[in-house]
Amino acid sequence: MVDFMITIDKNLCKGCNICTEFCPRKVYQKSGVLNKKGVHVPGHEDEDKCTQCQLCVMMCPDQAIKVDEKVDEKDEN
Amino acid sequence: MDENRENRFIKYLRKDRLPHIFCAGCGNGIIMNTFFNGMEMAEVDFEKVVMVSGIGCSSRIPGYVKCDSLHTTHGRPISFATGIKLANPENEVVVFTGDGDAAAIGGNHLIHGARRNIDLTVICINNSIYGMTGGQISPTSPKGSYGSTAPYGALETPFDLSELVKSAGATYVARWTTAQPVQLSNAIKKALQNQGFSFIEVISQCPTYFGRKNKMRTPIDMMNWMKEESITKRRAEKLSEEELEGKIIVGEFQNKKEAEFTDKMCQLLESKCTNDKPMATRSAYQGE
Ligand SMILES: Cc1ncc(C[n+]2csc(CCOP(=O)(O)OP(=O)(O)O)c2C)c(N)n1
Ligand code: SF4
Ligand code: SF4
Ligand code: SF4
Repeated sequence: MVDFMITIDKNLCKGCNICTEFCPRKVYQKSGVLNKKGVHVPGHEDEDKCTQCQLCVMMCPDQAIKVDEKVDEKDEN
Repeated sequence: MDENRENRFIKYLRKDRLPHIFCAGCGNGIIMNTFFNGMEMAEVDFEKVVMVSGIGCSSRIPGYVKCDSLHTTHGRPISFATGIKLANPENEVVVFTGDGDAAAIGGNHLIHGARRNIDLTVICINNSIYGMTGGQISPTSPKGSYGSTAPYGALETPFDLSELVKSAGATYVARWTTAQPVQLSNAIKKALQNQGFSFIEVISQCPTYFGRKNKMRTPIDMMNWMKEESITKRRAEKLSEEELEGKIIVGEFQNKKEAEFTDKMCQLLESKCTNDKPMATRSAYQGE
């Protein structure tokens, strides 16, 4: 099974929520989780909706997002 | 962070200097992404890239990039870049400049760079304000917009930078906004490939000063404004001046071929220097 996996680097994110607003599939949500600098890092619980269009990667001003394929370990062999 | 989990542009950046100094949601970071994307599409050798900038928030971009770079004096990056290009034409010289840097104090260097058609790629981050110094209006601030030096709204007519640089002789000119990163990357690709003076005007957001003073409180408000007000050049041609009021015309303004300055200079030297010594402009880095 192949699906997608999103990583946000908590040390780089400044909580601008550009990803939350402009992801066409609304994968990101504003969150109440604070990082060490007091920034609200968005959540991405709805990863399954992601089409891997990479728009969020281009639009994140802080180079904090990575979107890639996740290969489910159970199916790997 | 584990390198496999890293964003695809981090490899071009000086990781130890991140996060960069830009305010949350500032357009500068998006323009960095689109530059790297355009550079990859143009298949430019990153080793040959030299970034030059003036002074301003936007001019701090080269300092974060893992390439040769020069942070120069306010308004003068195109002059320094001209020297770098002529000293070694193999360099892929890219200028990052703001609207204040390029169009106010540096306006003369901008038009003369374009007039010469020297092979530089100038990326002008037009956020309609002086960000670094606290929100003074710039030569591109829209009429009526607020800034710390225009508490009652700007009275002057702004420059249309793309049209200005096109008229001055640039051979590639395009304007997009940070809300159109795909089109912008594509324009940057073409600008890098163009053998001549290429000018990319990026309408960008300074949420901290332009946004706050002009009732757009968040970077998202600003990007939605850019998205809504953008109109392609082709559509704009059919509209009257009144209908275009407040619109951001985006697209390609110039794309033509013309003799390039460094080439002309090298040809001149080749024809006039007949003493059998190797050419200074080509030999300095290439050996005999
Ligand atoms: C000779 C000189 N004059 C004035 C300044 C002050 N100054 C620094 S940055 C700046 C304007 C920057 O505006 P812009 O180029 O639009 O860049 P931004 O910060 O908006 O990205 C000014 C006037 C200076 N550093 N040097
Ligand atoms: S766009 Fe980037 S910096 Fe902004 S909230 Fe999303 S991950 Fe964080
Ligand atoms: S890749 Fe596209 S769909 Fe997936 S999270 Fe990013 S913007 Fe949304
Ligand atoms: S002041 Fe404006 S231009 Fe400068 S970093 Fe902040 S948002 Fe960007």
